Amino acid sequence: MSKVQLIAIMLNLGLLGVIIELIRRGRLKEKYSLLWLFSIGVMLLLSFWRSLLHIIAEWFGIFYAPSLLFLVAFLFLILISLHFTVAMSGFAEKNKRLAQEIGLLKHELEKVNSIIK
Amino acid sequence: MEKVLIIIPAYNEKESLPDVIASVRKEIPEADVLVINDGSTDTTGFIARREKVEVIDLPYNMGIGAAMQTGYKYSFAEGYDVSVQFDGDGQHPANQIRNILRQLQEGRVDVIIGSRFLEDTGYVPSFSRSIGIVMFARLMSIIMRQKITDPTSGFRAANRAVIEFYSRHYPEDYPEVEALVLLHRAGFTMTEVAVKMEKRMSGRSSITPVRGIYYMVKVTLAVLVDLLKSTERRRCYE
Repeated sequence: MSKVQLIAIMLNLGLLGVIIELIRRGRLKEKYSLLWLFSIGVMLLLSFWRSLLHIIAEWFGIFYAPSLLFLVAFLFLILISLHFTVAMSGFAEKNKRLAQEIGLLKHELEKVNSIIK
Repeated sequence: MEKVLIIIPAYNEKESLPDVIASVRKEIPEADVLVINDGSTDTTGFIARREKVEVIDLPYNMGIGAAMQTGYKYSFAEGYDVSVQFDGDGQHPANQIRNILRQLQEGRVDVIIGSRFLEDTGYVPSFSRSIGIVMFARLMSIIMRQKITDPTSGFRAANRAVIEFYSRHYPEDYPEVEALVLLHRAGFTMTEVAVKMEKRMSGRSSITPVRGIYYMVKVTLAVLVDLLKSTERRRCYE
């Protein structure tokens, strides 16, 4: 097992531990952890299974196979941040609707109160 | 008799609001007035209530787009036939509302835009601002296939079908130009009416020189994106 391989495996296992702990404590929702877990799974697979890494690297024309790991990690990071910005846009929209509803409801309440009094 | 709602979005407009409300009341006494207090940090909400108009307080400063949409949501829920967007800073002349309402009825269009540039009304914007307005006017005229001279004007009147549409779809920041594109895409019709606008009585434009560039880029981009968005066609409310 090469040094690079070992470091990659350690890092991935460490990250996996952090993510599982965050889920366990309820700090990270399962919904938002799936992509993380999937990326870690793929990274671990490529780190352990050396021949697979070499086959794919050759395919892409990458001379130094472990640098494929960086490429894959990079692609997953892009995917994850895209996922987050999409999720954020959804939250922003929902937040807007909630705030508008609150404004309308408070106005309604004010009106009802003034009738009662 | 048509039910008319004048929607006045206000963010820290305590200085100008009483006069604005008074002038609207005087010109269109039969209309209801709704002030959207967009998370003001001054006494705008209190001042508006003292003037005995309807007031909706938003929980935080949501921006003009979300504030206007709140007005349209209210307008739709309360069954208004016509809504007029009217600035709280005193730059829109209340004595033109009647004319705009009449044009909306007679013109058989869905929206009337109060334009500062349709006729020479003596309104001269700053140099940088007029570049922006002219550029957007050109762009919009091409997109809408009709002459638009003042796409950034916030002085507008909309019928019930548009009220319903806007209560569901309204752009967020710097919404004026985009709001027209959305209407056009959904198949609504609009026309401009010349109005003379005042210099604002108090407060400052939301668009500072630094934000000017951002405004131009953001709105142009948003308009182009709007053209790609899938939209629903207008519905009939006859």
